[in-house]
Amino acid sequence: MFNTGRDRFFPYMLLLPALALTLVIVAWPLFETFRLSFTDAALKPDENWVGWANYEKIFSGNFPEVILRTFVWMFWSVTLKMVVGIAGAMLLNAAVPGRAFFRVLVMPPWVIPIAIGVFIWGWMYNGQWGMISGVGQLLGIFDGPFEFLAYRDTAFIATIVTDVWIGTPLVTIYLLAAMQSISPDLHEAAWVDGAGRWYRFRRITLPLILPAVATMSLLSSIWTFNSFDIIWILTEGGPRGGTTTMIIDTYKTAISRFRYGEGAARAVLIVLFLSAFAAFYFYLISRATRGGANNDQ
Amino acid sequence: MINKYRWYEIVGIYAGIAVFLTFILAPFLEAFLVSLRPIEGIFSAPYSIITENMSFETYISMWSSVPLLWRYMLNSLFISTVVTLLALFCIIPAAYAFARFKFKGSNGLLAGFLAINMVGGAVLIIPLYKLMLNLGLLNTYWAMIIPGAAFSIPTGIWLLRSYLAKIPRELEEAAWVDGAGRLYTLRRVIIPIAIPGIVVVAVATFIAAYAQQFLFALTFNSTNELNPLPVGLFQFFGRQTVVWNELMAASLIGILPVLLIYIFLQRFIVAGLTAGAVKE
Repeated sequence: MFNTGRDRFFPYMLLLPALALTLVIVAWPLFETFRLSFTDAALKPDENWVGWANYEKIFSGNFPEVILRTFVWMFWSVTLKMVVGIAGAMLLNAAVPGRAFFRVLVMPPWVIPIAIGVFIWGWMYNGQWGMISGVGQLLGIFDGPFEFLAYRDTAFIATIVTDVWIGTPLVTIYLLAAMQSISPDLHEAAWVDGAGRWYRFRRITLPLILPAVATMSLLSSIWTFNSFDIIWILTEGGPRGGTTTMIIDTYKTAISRFRYGEGAARAVLIVLFLSAFAAFYFYLISRATRGGANNDQ
Repeated sequence: MINKYRWYEIVGIYAGIAVFLTFILAPFLEAFLVSLRPIEGIFSAPYSIITENMSFETYISMWSSVPLLWRYMLNSLFISTVVTLLALFCIIPAAYAFARFKFKGSNGLLAGFLAINMVGGAVLIIPLYKLMLNLGLLNTYWAMIIPGAAFSIPTGIWLLRSYLAKIPRELEEAAWVDGAGRLYTLRRVIIPIAIPGIVVVAVATFIAAYAQQFLFALTFNSTNELNPLPVGLFQFFGRQTVVWNELMAASLIGILPVLLIYIFLQRFIVAGLTAGAVKE
């Protein structure tokens, strides 16, 4: 009755505003990025078709190294977020007084503007006066002032730590929700059978939160791959390219140096990697939906 | 009982929570302490947590040394608010369409929207820059608002769709029998019932818009008066030797609005964020 064919255009009409906005701001730019990547577009009036020249240039340069660095950066950042997130969720799931309060305290790094959190970290990494170097000296870890952002390796680690700080709250809260949805009956049944706490965690909690861990790792990988603000504010990709990821390199090429064509070719490679992540994500979602037959979502 | 911990387990749990929360909160504490120090107190070695002459002086002096500070804050709030309104205007009808109607291409379209989440703004920055240039929107609020809204649509649709799907269909059928049009039903029957869900989406969108005001403003805007707080502070303090105590004080004042929203609405926000983690 309700779903008569009389106005089958109605749903499309409902989608119109959202479609219009995303077509202009996302779909067309995506298409345009592909097109530009085959041109020599730059800060000049005309642009010429150059075929695969931009891609050849990229791969004969240092871009393969940048790709590798991006994946190493992403791997450590996501792994640490998941490890710290699972540990945090376990701790906040423990039935001790005050846990509701502790849960509230987890979210601030995620709530505040990313850039402002990074300003604070920029200060903490300061070698002369910053907290980390200062406390390190008091504890005798460093002999003198240590400038974290001045060396390639420590700058690389520093940007990862800041990214973990910003990403951990969401991972923690997400996994905590997954843990809370596990029926207490399971734990009690296992407990009656004499299973210890660690055994129950390994055999009940961990398997049941595994789908949430998988989803979150993947989403987190995608966000980390796209991460721009943190590195840009802390190091702008330096020192000497030590923290230049694909996104940073694309931005520098296109916006700082006005080489749109070469920048677009880099962006296309990013999109290709992201598509692989996305395909995997949709595969996970569709498997999860098929798993729960009565699930309306 | 099963949940009884031994004393050493309780000590271990609290110690673990303490370490975890120290990592999360130490930067805020450090920022606050720095903001209380006079500038010569900041540049003193060896490092100590409490230094001499701590006061709230910086919170007064920063308004005159960063003359546009109040402007940056209002810009941030304004941009996030308009982003939220524009996004809701797109999200509500779209989420309703996906929640209620079976139509050709609905699965493909929904997947398409979700795929947008995978592509960050930075990847598309080149054509977006040219687009804003050609539309004459560079150095206007719109250059920061429109992309911000577009990128927040997918998550919003995803969150609201599952909420709308739970509203009983009978309500619409009753309105239909009474002769109400479809759009009227959406406006007068569905939206009023869905207000709690819409609030969750609105708050999540607002916080995300407030948190992510860096890239678009940095790239599309060079009019200092229009800068949101993060970019305003980034450029102001990038130009000269950093006055760290004022930067920290301004940063802390700048995060107050979202922190307050979060504290009052954290139950809703957490419920919205974790919707996907729990199977119902």
